[in-house]
Amino acid sequence: MRVNVTVNGSAEAVDDVWEGESLLYMLRERMGLPGSKNACEQGECGSCTVYLDGVPACACLVAAGQVEGRDVRTVEGLAEGPPGDEWLDPVQEAFAETGAVQCGFCTPGLIVQSHDLIERNPAPTDAEIREALAGNLCRCTGYEKILDAVRLAAERKAAAT
Amino acid sequence: MDFLRPATWADALAAKAERPGALPLQGGTDVMVEINFDVHRPEALLDLTRVRELAGWDTVDGDTGGGRLRVGAGVTYTRLIEELGGRLPGLAQASRTVGSPQIRNRGTAGGNLGAASPAGDAHPPLLAGGAEVEAESAARGVRMIPAADFFTGVKRNALEPDELIRAFWTPPASGPQYFSKIGTRNAMVIAVCSFAVALHPGERRVGTGLGSAAPTPRRAAAAEEFASAELDWDGRGPLGEAAARRFGELAAEAASPIDDVRGTGDYRRHALAVLARRTLTWAWNDHRNAGRRAS
Repeated sequence: MRVNVTVNGSAEAVDDVWEGESLLYMLRERMGLPGSKNACEQGECGSCTVYLDGVPACACLVAAGQVEGRDVRTVEGLAEGPPGDEWLDPVQEAFAETGAVQCGFCTPGLIVQSHDLIERNPAPTDAEIREALAGNLCRCTGYEKILDAVRLAAERKAAAT
Repeated sequence: MDFLRPATWADALAAKAERPGALPLQGGTDVMVEINFDVHRPEALLDLTRVRELAGWDTVDGDTGGGRLRVGAGVTYTRLIEELGGRLPGLAQASRTVGSPQIRNRGTAGGNLGAASPAGDAHPPLLAGGAEVEAESAARGVRMIPAADFFTGVKRNALEPDELIRAFWTPPASGPQYFSKIGTRNAMVIAVCSFAVALHPGERRVGTGLGSAAPTPRRAAAAEEFASAELDWDGRGPLGEAAARRFGELAAEAASPIDDVRGTGDYRRHALAVLARRTLTWAWNDHRNAGRRAS
């Protein structure tokens, strides 16, 4: 089937989508957007977190057919600026600076989920950060640097506004 | 496989009548796991996320409603917490334990009822609160199924092949409600076992629901009868320790748990007794404190 969907601001028509396939598969294998990672395929790990109509969801648990006419924003869509001269989103900058990235596999999901947290709650407490990231697994960092990154991104965003 | 995308409730019922083998799909948090792992390949998916009628909730007065809440099958856990947490505190507590924020943004109590897992988190508070499930078919219209009659076996429910879940109906809390759940961490946990309690002071009645401790979610009828008779509804006197313990024992006796990867039957029985004793104690203390504040 064909799926018409807006991804990172661009209206796309994707052909030959299997009726049972996930949004994650469609993004990675049919649209050339491998930022969202495929790890558990059962919603346990959060590595495939994307915005669906502005709300974070595990792309592996959304059927591709369900996004017909809807709006998807992936980690690739967070950086802004003209092509070739993009600047990273403050959450991405903070992850890079604080050492919150080791193997990097969980990072895209954590960045989208942290981005949403700071949008909704510009000054999250540690408990709120932990709760927001409870569905994102990281096997390298021990999470402390990730907490540092979210705190830093929130501080910078607050200072900038 | 076909992908059916009805835009209205009438279209959804017509599609289900024509294709009884089509599997209803809401947030996908159960259905997509099974498809991703090729556990289950339905002949068709019936995507209900476009059906506007399912996405709302309302208070229904009059003879049929009696002030009950009618909550559409497409209302997510996140919305149950944010929009209905004050009126349905037991269900909101259970909703907070579901998966992660991403899962709660997509998953629905309607989908939980459809999947009818014995471990479904929404089920114990719906049982304790006296909910009914509104099922509908194109051929026979609406029928109301009490939650206590809805679960018929492991992952089986009372729906006919041409029926869909439109909503659940439940009275707003008339007293304290609690939900408690055992798991290995505070997120992403399928319950080892769970327990919900709801006080209905106007009726001098205690409602219960237990999860993940029997082939279906179920009420603990003997525990309900015991506590309803034992509690000092008029004087709001304290709940004795012996009575609280007895309530826990009766709740555990209502279970028929299995040994599986998440826990043994013996552990589940023990944990249920603890959960039941604690939740009733919390609820009764809240009720007593509310009485003190009012006087």
